[in-house]
Amino acid sequence: MSQELYTNIAIFVLSILVGFEVISKIPSTLHTPMMSGANAIHGVVVVGTILIALEAHSVLFYVIAFIAVFLASINVSGGYVVTDRMLQMFSKPKKTDDQKQDGGDK
Amino acid sequence: MYLVSAACYVIGLHMMRTPKTARNGNRVSAVGMIIAVIMTFLIVINKHEATMTGSIVLAAGLILGLAYGTIRARTVEMTDMPQLVSLFNAVGGGAAAAIGTFDYLSLTAGSHISFAFSFPVALDLVIGGVTFSGSLIATGKLAGNISGKPISFPGAKLLNAIVVIVIVAAVVLTIGFPVNAWWLVLTLVASLIFGILMTIPIGGADMPVVVSLLNAFTGLAVAMAGFVIDNQALIIAGALVGAAGTILTLQMAAAMNRSVMNIIAGGFGTGDSNSAAAD
Repeated sequence: MSQELYTNIAIFVLSILVGFEVISKIPSTLHTPMMSGANAIHGVVVVGTILIALEAHSVLFYVIAFIAVFLASINVSGGYVVTDRMLQMFSKPKKTDDQKQDGGDK
Repeated sequence: MYLVSAACYVIGLHMMRTPKTARNGNRVSAVGMIIAVIMTFLIVINKHEATMTGSIVLAAGLILGLAYGTIRARTVEMTDMPQLVSLFNAVGGGAAAAIGTFDYLSLTAGSHISFAFSFPVALDLVIGGVTFSGSLIATGKLAGNISGKPISFPGAKLLNAIVVIVIVAAVVLTIGFPVNAWWLVLTLVASLIFGILMTIPIGGADMPVVVSLLNAFTGLAVAMAGFVIDNQALIIAGALVGAAGTILTLQMAAAMNRSVMNIIAGGFGTGDSNSAAAD
């Protein structure tokens, strides 16, 4: 096993632990937006597809790379936009409470 | 360094824990994503390895994908959002599987490959394939194109078992033997079929939990793709989503007083699982 692989495995394990920690107890109303938000984050796969697309040297690889880039960019753009809309939607009824609190603080 | 974008994801997810900061949390994570993409382009430009056609393919894919994703996300009805999230999840898994396919096929046929390379490739294909077809089925069910009710048929268990055996065999062939494109195709096809079989018997209120589970799977597939192409941004974000998605799935299931195993296994025939529970 190479040094690089060790580093990657260490990063993998630590990221899993961070992932477990960061979503410990969240209110159930936020489950769906949270899922959508996490969905947008794994759109990071677009980074990988950019890297492979520029390595392609024959028709077969161009096709695979195109599919990969196309799918990944749908994931990343759609993921963030839809999460934003979702959160925008259900923060509205809460806003009056928040504003009251903010006003109180001032 | 992808460290900045990784930090943005963690902070973003953390801020999404309360409704008040959730929207900003999503934006922080989006900024992290933009940084990651820009850095990737900088790396690529520095390397001077890009081919002309490759760049065109990349640009075309990016523009079409970004446009399609944004338009769909902006125009979708609020009530249709769950299936759209599931669709975005499917394409993420598909992209991860495509990366694995690309890197495996770019090896010369018949040569021996190291375990450290072939193992993540095989996992990437299996998880990515299962998520891709599974999420598409989930999308269809949520959208009403496929019956939302649990669909089970005689011999489903046997068929499942056969497909699992084929997947295991194909993975062993892919890992343990010299490069051969057919084993890769077999792995991919069997995984796609398993994704369909896994999702099709699940229905009704259990769907969001399944979508969340598949979301966690996609995270893992992306992390595996990160191992394949040795890219740490993919490993970090993928593992983060894999873990966060798993916790989320457990919480969603707990909120409905159901266990995840119950939901997945319950799909294999509602009558069967009841009698099994009685035993």
